[in-house]
Amino acid sequence: MDINATLLGLLIAFVVFVLFCMKYVWPPLINAIEERQQKIASGLEASELAEKDLEQARSQADEELKAAKIKAAELIDQAKKRATQLVEEETQRGHAEREKIIASGHTEVETERNRVREELRKQLAILAIAGAEKILEREIDAQKQSDIVEKLVAEL
Amino acid sequence: MAANGNMTPTEYISHHLDPLQVGSGFWTFNVDSLGVAIVLGIFFISLFAYVGKKATSGVPGKLQCFIEMIIEFVDTSVKETFHAKSRLIAPLALTIFVWVFLMNAMKLIPVDFIPVAAGLIGLTFAGSAAKGYVGEDAGIFERAMDHPWSYMKAAPTTDLNTTLALAIGVFLLIIFYSVKHKGLGGFIKELTMNPFNHWALIPFNLVLELVTLIAKPISLSLRLFGNLYAGELIFILIAMIGLWQLPLHFAWAVFHILVIVLQAFIFMMLTIVYLSMASEKH
Repeated sequence: MDINATLLGLLIAFVVFVLFCMKYVWPPLINAIEERQQKIASGLEASELAEKDLEQARSQADEELKAAKIKAAELIDQAKKRATQLVEEETQRGHAEREKIIASGHTEVETERNRVREELRKQLAILAIAGAEKILEREIDAQKQSDIVEKLVAEL
Repeated sequence: MAANGNMTPTEYISHHLDPLQVGSGFWTFNVDSLGVAIVLGIFFISLFAYVGKKATSGVPGKLQCFIEMIIEFVDTSVKETFHAKSRLIAPLALTIFVWVFLMNAMKLIPVDFIPVAAGLIGLTFAGSAAKGYVGEDAGIFERAMDHPWSYMKAAPTTDLNTTLALAIGVFLLIIFYSVKHKGLGGFIKELTMNPFNHWALIPFNLVLELVTLIAKPISLSLRLFGNLYAGELIFILIAMIGLWQLPLHFAWAVFHILVIVLQAFIFMMLTIVYLSMASEKH
């Protein structure tokens, strides 16, 4: 177990191996590792960002949904109001129409009644005259008493 | 393979602990440590560089995932401990961790596999080099173990040369970083004016600080070497007790899975700590 020239040989070998390792082994490997670490870090960051975005989008969608719901409720409310209003208006109009129709019916009936009454009066006058004629035929000339008859008719 | 008739236990143990050497004196090369360490280092660099070249920042493949786990583990350790900026520390820590781990992991190969395999190869290609302690009539494994090539050891970190080479590399970096961050004057001042800030105590301080400084590579290398060498010794002893070695070897190997990773981690961590101490101003 002597110290001999092997020592020098191995020392040289050691130096050469370290130099080789420094030049050809360490840099590419540590670069690859560090690059991958960076990639992973940026990937994680991106995923975090995406998650945040998603969260934001979700909350925005929620808000919009809520707004839409409120709007829809409003619309339904309005529509209901409008409907009741329409119904009321229609009812009122119907009432008015009915009143009008009834009123016009009344007037018509009245007119008719007046006409009939006039007619009846005329007929009655004619009948009365005819009756009177029949009575007077025997006694007087119709033409002579016609003024009386006229007066009668006017009075009726 | 247990110790056989031709080998005493002592011979068997020393056979497994002695490295396969070429050369003489100081210029001896431990072919096993050097070879295995370099092969494993090249394996580490080429595997990681291959994955690094194909690395994608998108969805990674399974191999890339595995490599990235190691990278990230080292990166976290470095970032937690070393606060100054440096392009060198992290690759250095990665190299130390993976390389030392791979070298330690060679220990999990059963102790006889590599020597016998190397001996067989030696017999085939350089049969005349056999030591000749066993005759031609001996079994093929015994003849293989007789061949000098069978001194091949699997784990380079059980060789003090390996751990010391790593520690000296780290030591030079400690000095380099100290000078770089504190300046040469600052470094010298740290060595001489600590812990007693008085000119008369400079020699005393110098001795204390130099011991502290030198202790770093020594402890770093001896810790790794001691752990692995002792573990290897136990493996060898277990290999000598016959049939019982199977469960024992298994248990010890399972335990060593922990030791292997732990020692690699400790070496890496201490390197980072020493260098961060060197580059921090007091």
